[in-house]
Amino acid sequence: MSATLFLEQLINGLQLGTMLFLMASGLTLVFGVMGLINLAHGSFYMVGAYLTAAVTAASGSFMLGLGAGLLGAAAAGALVELIVIRRLYHRSHLDQVLATFALILIFSEGTRWLFGASPLWLSTPEWLSGYVTLPGDARYPLYRLVIIGVGITVAVGLYLLISRTRLGMRVRAGESDREMIGALGIDISRLYTAVFALGAGLAGLAGAMVGALQSVQVGMGEPVLILAFVVIVIGGIGSIKGALLGALLVGVVDTLGRVFLPLFFRGFLPPSEATDVGAALASMLIYILMAVILAFKPKGLFTVND
Amino acid sequence: MKQLARLGLGLLLSTGLATAHAEEVKIGMITTLSGGGSHLGVDVRDAFLLAIEQSGRDDIEVLVKDDARKPDLARNLANEFMQRDEVDLMTGIIWSNLAMAVVPSVVRQGTFYLSPNAGPSALAGRMCHENYFNVAYQNDNLHGAMGAWMKEQGYERPLIMAPNYPAGTDALAGFKHLYEGEVADELYTQMGQTDYAAEIAQIRASDADSLFFFLPGGMGISFMKQWQNAGVDLPVFGAAFSFDETLIKAVGEAAIGARNTSLWAYDLDNDTSRAFVESFQQAYDRMPTLYAAQGFDTANLILSALEQAHPDDQDAFREALREADFDSVRGEFRFGPNQHPIQDIYVREVVAGEDGEPTNRLLGIAVEDIQDIYHVDCKM
Amino acid sequence: MLALLLVLPVAADLLGHPYYVSLASRLTLIAMAAVGLNLALGYGGMISFGHAAYFGLGGYIAGIGAYHAFDATAFMGLLPGSDNLLVLWPLAMLACGLLALLIGAVSLRTSGVYFIMITLAFAQMVYYFANSWPTYGGQDGLPIYLRNQLPGLDTQDPLTFFLICFTGLVLAMALTSRLMGSRFGAALTMARLNETRLATAGISPYPIRLLAFVVSAVITGLAGALYADLNGFVSPSMLSWHMSGELMVIVILGGVGRLYGPLAGAVLFISMETLLGGVTEYWQLFLGLVLLGVVLFARHGVMGWLAGRESPGREPHE
Repeated sequence: MSATLFLEQLINGLQLGTMLFLMASGLTLVFGVMGLINLAHGSFYMVGAYLTAAVTAASGSFMLGLGAGLLGAAAAGALVELIVIRRLYHRSHLDQVLATFALILIFSEGTRWLFGASPLWLSTPEWLSGYVTLPGDARYPLYRLVIIGVGITVAVGLYLLISRTRLGMRVRAGESDREMIGALGIDISRLYTAVFALGAGLAGLAGAMVGALQSVQVGMGEPVLILAFVVIVIGGIGSIKGALLGALLVGVVDTLGRVFLPLFFRGFLPPSEATDVGAALASMLIYILMAVILAFKPKGLFTVND
Repeated sequence: MKQLARLGLGLLLSTGLATAHAEEVKIGMITTLSGGGSHLGVDVRDAFLLAIEQSGRDDIEVLVKDDARKPDLARNLANEFMQRDEVDLMTGIIWSNLAMAVVPSVVRQGTFYLSPNAGPSALAGRMCHENYFNVAYQNDNLHGAMGAWMKEQGYERPLIMAPNYPAGTDALAGFKHLYEGEVADELYTQMGQTDYAAEIAQIRASDADSLFFFLPGGMGISFMKQWQNAGVDLPVFGAAFSFDETLIKAVGEAAIGARNTSLWAYDLDNDTSRAFVESFQQAYDRMPTLYAAQGFDTANLILSALEQAHPDDQDAFREALREADFDSVRGEFRFGPNQHPIQDIYVREVVAGEDGEPTNRLLGIAVEDIQDIYHVDCKM
Repeated sequence: MLALLLVLPVAADLLGHPYYVSLASRLTLIAMAAVGLNLALGYGGMISFGHAAYFGLGGYIAGIGAYHAFDATAFMGLLPGSDNLLVLWPLAMLACGLLALLIGAVSLRTSGVYFIMITLAFAQMVYYFANSWPTYGGQDGLPIYLRNQLPGLDTQDPLTFFLICFTGLVLAMALTSRLMGSRFGAALTMARLNETRLATAGISPYPIRLLAFVVSAVITGLAGALYADLNGFVSPSMLSWHMSGELMVIVILGGVGRLYGPLAGAVLFISMETLLGGVTEYWQLFLGLVLLGVVLFARHGVMGWLAGRESPGREPHE
């Protein structure tokens, strides 16, 4: 195992982490501010990817597609918030789980109805294709570095938004005391719509960016959704900082585990068994990580409010 | 409009015109029409219905049900077909795990089952059955053929990769069985994995001279897209499951240059195939995949046997199926002793088509008359 | 409602429609699994998003037993296989109980959303483990070629098997009813509604909840074992988070914390699946719309709507 390969895998972990952060930040904001548990968050990821693929195919411009994916997902988020989600804020978690589970079914089947069952085509644009040479002569895809860049930009942007702007102030107020913010005369329903749309837009952005690397198909949001839940639970629900740390942790642990566990078991098991055991353990690794963290810190690493 | 016409045809066929024809034949089709990988089921269904329509027979009723790729749902639908609708024969299942859930109990209860896709090793060997016919392939056929062909082409250290599940491990075992040499490494990925950065880094770090992978459906799309930008210059090989006409359109230019084995190619030089491609394109406005070809062959095999006997006369009907006296789009077609095909496997290369979109071009035959290795375990 | 569920399949069998008998068995078992979940989720207020783990584990016990009995081999080279349900059922219940004890012991340290998510995480662990362990089929699942045996009965007969499932459901509901009528049930309700008051009575809520969680898992696990025998098949899809979600949906559809809620939910869910599935390829879209309608407008599930009042066992929203 060379240092170069290790470095490369570490960057891969970071890239997965930043992508998860885009998903998790919206999820955690929506929970932190509105107390809503949203299973349908993965659907916005899918909507973002589908719109990007469709608009890119129609216009020939990836940037245009990306914009459409981001804004379209945000618009879909705002719409869903207005029609369904706002009726759920005062409901139990149970009702929220059921309603958003129903939304997953509606979004998935609706998308299949509109776009058909076949995966859509979306590819990285010419100018983002190719690779960059890293120290140690490793080649690394430029596009993945761009994803990391976008993730960092969003993280910084969110930090500034929340710490420096009026919207952020209201969000923080909402997180610490939901009753208070209404009493301050802030139009709470508009704030909620905005926060929900922001989260949906970020998920759409993640879907759009990753759509160029993966297949754009119905149900693509679900595996990411579960990972994003793991992330926010590890980080502490409602905490952006926790989401960032949790995302990077999950990204790196998952990537490194998948590569190095089978290699580790090859040290003392025959290859096929080592692969079986290693792969089985690697696929369980982040859930084990989550269980261990919650066993010691039942409210995640960063607790926003108790 | 074509969509509407097709829907109409489907409804017509599935409601079956309800005329109580004395010799009417009921076919139950359980296939995947929703969720991930549903384009396979849609192609099988469309081509199957096309063949029935072309036969001009109005005494055949085809009931189509969606299994949503869930084994337990498929099992329930099978019970529904056998117990409520009393179908004469069944077909349609796409996935090996669903076939393993459904087929053994169906054939034991005396209903014929013809597989238009999916050929798990158990059903070809230890658990073969006189009422089970596989019209598509045994799962190893395409992988083994690629192993043999790569050996012949002089590749010395292929790195091979598949998801860590039974069909994946079978695929690699099948490849190695006919490759008969050392491989550079074996990588196992997770089912449904979407990011392959870690594997690509490992492939780059290895000393392999070629890459063979089996990543069906969306997994293959994701992998190929990520492979394109990784700057690894290894030739890529696979089975048609990752390179059907629908999938390579979704992969785009990243697929170009990849070579893959298939039991059928749309540019195959025979009349049946040409007529099939033309009529399929006319009916559905898209290029048929190998799954469509398999569905079409399955229907035509059934039609040829129905000329001889009604499924109620089980022995005669079974005998007629075994003869396989129909014009296959693959050219020659015959069954081995375990009622799985003995067939030629072709190699294709993905090239840029006239419209710039990727498409498969036939290179030649990889292996002639390939037969699965499990038939020796089949005691029928 | 139970009587109707008993009469219809018997009638269907007499009329020669075995299909409807197996459909009724399926409905009965899904209802039974939901009865199990309802004990934790409804009466105990523990929103478990991971009950598929027990449903699937129960199924796998039945499957693995049959697999070794069929092959005349031994589990881990130690335990011989068995196709006797009198052996397999207690085994499935024991295994699920132990797993739930383990999962519950860790998970119950958390609450609220964290509890939902940690139960999901544990179920995902079991799911991935089953997926990647090749001996028992991995992702392809494990077929049960001959239904497991019960001495003196022909389990292959659809009606006989239905009656076994039906007995299981009735017992599960009777157990729930007895439990909730006991001091234990009162303590569990109190633990949900007002933890502090329970504590002042000198009772710690943790062991009460843990016990309810374990019993709940045992019921769901037994339903899973029967379900595997009914289908003649067990696969990781029984362990997936979709399965957990569906069980939750059924409980909520029927009415949380109501004795007949899970049964009503299962009837509704299975009939929607059967009827809509026959009409359109996109039936899940309509299922989603119906579910959404139920949450938004029929707040207390079908049973609540029928009864037209607040559920006695329902939590006041947080």
